[in-house]
Amino acid sequence: MIAELGLGALWMAAALAVLQLALACGLGGEQGRSLRTIRSVAIAQGLLTALSFGALVWLFLDSDMSVKLVAANSHSQKPWIYKFAGTWGNHEGSMLLWVMVLALAGAVIASLERRIDEPTLGATLGAQAALALGFFTFLLLASNPFERLDPAPIDGRGLNPLLQDPGLAFHPPTLYLGYVGLSVAFSLAVGGLIRGEVGPSIARAMRPWVLAAWILLTIGITAGSYWAYYELGWGGWWFWDPVENASLMPWLAATALLHSVNVLAARGGLRAWTMMLALVAFSMSMVGTFLVRSGILTSVHSFAVDPARGSFILALLAIYIGGALTLFALRIAHVREGAPFEVVSREGGLVANNLILSVILGIVFVGTLYPLLAEALSGEKLSVGPPYFDSVASPLALVLAALMMIAPQLRWRRDRQPLLRRAAPGVLVAVTVLVATLLLAPDIGWLPRLGLAVAAGLVPASLQPLVGRSLRRTPLATWGMALAHLGVAVAILGMASDSAFTRETLSAARPGERINVGPWIVDFQGVRPIAGTNWTAIEAELRASKGGGVAVLHPQSRFFSEPPTTTNEAAIDSSWNGQLYAVLGERDEAGRWQIRLWWKPFVTLIWLGGGMIALGGLLALLGRLFRERRQRIRGEEAFA
Amino acid sequence: MVKPKHQRLILILLALVALLGAVLLAMWGLQDRAAYFVTPADIAAGKAAPDRAMRLGGMVVPGSLKRDADGLTVRFTVSDGKATAPVVFRGITPDLFKEGSGVVAEGRLDPAGLFVADNILAKHDERYMPPQMANQADAE
Repeated sequence: MIAELGLGALWMAAALAVLQLALACGLGGEQGRSLRTIRSVAIAQGLLTALSFGALVWLFLDSDMSVKLVAANSHSQKPWIYKFAGTWGNHEGSMLLWVMVLALAGAVIASLERRIDEPTLGATLGAQAALALGFFTFLLLASNPFERLDPAPIDGRGLNPLLQDPGLAFHPPTLYLGYVGLSVAFSLAVGGLIRGEVGPSIARAMRPWVLAAWILLTIGITAGSYWAYYELGWGGWWFWDPVENASLMPWLAATALLHSVNVLAARGGLRAWTMMLALVAFSMSMVGTFLVRSGILTSVHSFAVDPARGSFILALLAIYIGGALTLFALRIAHVREGAPFEVVSREGGLVANNLILSVILGIVFVGTLYPLLAEALSGEKLSVGPPYFDSVASPLALVLAALMMIAPQLRWRRDRQPLLRRAAPGVLVAVTVLVATLLLAPDIGWLPRLGLAVAAGLVPASLQPLVGRSLRRTPLATWGMALAHLGVAVAILGMASDSAFTRETLSAARPGERINVGPWIVDFQGVRPIAGTNWTAIEAELRASKGGGVAVLHPQSRFFSEPPTTTNEAAIDSSWNGQLYAVLGERDEAGRWQIRLWWKPFVTLIWLGGGMIALGGLLALLGRLFRERRQRIRGEEAFA
Repeated sequence: MVKPKHQRLILILLALVALLGAVLLAMWGLQDRAAYFVTPADIAAGKAAPDRAMRLGGMVVPGSLKRDADGLTVRFTVSDGKATAPVVFRGITPDLFKEGSGVVAEGRLDPAGLFVADNILAKHDERYMPPQMANQADAE
């Protein structure tokens, strides 16, 4: 019954999306009345989609094995939290989550948006309905999550044990919220272009959505990186895997958009460019979904290989991206030019930021899709890996970080102050660190060395916008910017330190033997069997000491019975200056155990930096929302 | 200060230059750094240049897996049904790595024709298989 209810709600939501699109196209008669109707249709559509998703969650929690999707992806003996997370740990469920977030976002703009004029809002809601409609069609025709299974099995196949991790359970929804938040920016851009109304008001309406989406993407990417780091047991934090790139590309576009939307909101400049970025950012979200969901690329992560669905998403991509770009080309001449500015100005700095980010995006995009293109054109099978991305994208990221040392301190429109004096603190620190690494650590590579220097210089530079002003009067958005930029510096310090100073020891040891890694002395105490809720494991005990500090690590080799799989659980000991990372391998005939140890100085800064970036975004978002609310109240008082 | 219209034109040109730059930079990077996916048959045909980063895919030949006395180095042969290639790897092999199963080795071919892997990827779960290897399985 619940499954039929969910399916019914989904059909009704799809029908409402058709109605919403039709109304927006002007079939609803008189303008003002029709906008009110569109608003309520959008809200109803959002609620029905949420009801449908709720039904699917219910089916998973209830372990209703008569539903094909539940039987294929869940197991009655599983902890409830993984039953819950199992709802979106598969193709159909994750697409339903996608469309639910999309429809709810539509409902939220329909009920709250007051900054833009009514016809533009109508066009925006029409665009949002058109987006939702494509994905409703996809779900209903190609991947119905509520399909029944007859006869129903007793237990189900279970969830891939690698996905049975609390971090990973909430990772996809975070990314999806981010992806879909960008859909609102897309729809606003489409609405603005249709109406020729591309000005500060559109930018102000767009800004909180872009910020929120960007915060969630930042959290998602940071958490995903940490998950890969401790779960895969390879000791790396970024693999340039197509699935990772799928989340990085929208993030890069959103980062550029976040900066250009500010120019449009504050100064009325960069109109066409900002609209273009809004279209590109959501297009990248769809490309990402396509890459992950079609299984078309070789990936250590991909778990849904289905060419038919891939072509469906590809068709949707072609329609939406092609349509949006055509609209852009046709309408952009009707958009008024933005306010002019000089090269050395805040705008100029932001343009440079946008150009570098776009180039990095282009490089990641080409590298990710090149294997696909090469195979289609010449039949040659190849894959692009870290050597390409590291050597081409990393130097550009450093150029961007160097730009961040000065750009935030520039003034709007034109800047005639001596640049050198303001750049001095950052440059001084950077040069000092560069010289210090040359003297103290002559063997590290140039990329980590420059990374350390630039990141160190960025630390004082990102705090400079706060210097010399009353800290209580400083807007929250400025605090947010300083914190986010400081987060970038911290993250780069972590990355550079990890690639410059990591020590690794691989050994085959008998219980009682001693292993050295970096400054640590590790005593291998022995192994013992242990059991968990739905797994059994062999666990090693490692007693690590360094100076006065002692740490005990328990790396495991886990065995799951349903489905039968073994996984490695790395053990990690964190201290203020780094992490000791241990992986247990196999036992050989001579009774020795393979043990792999890494000492990674300051590696935690990578994720700490990611968290600071997200928190900085959150401060900026709160600052903007409070300020707008205050202004609205003040405006209403003045009117009264 | 330039006229707004000119400024827009300059910005559009800049954007085009950036885009072109990205593509050129990417092409330059891809030229020698794309880790080509090779099969044992490619190596036998001399299509894989030594000392360049690449990925080798195939099935681990049953009975070929040997461990060295150090307990850390494994040697095995990879087959694609047409040819075989010897591989050596020093490290902890993934949980799903075993004889008769699919494997992707990342590393370099040494001048003697031995593939020296720095990383081994086994199939990630029961549903994972790289498309290149799925094609191979179909061909057999």
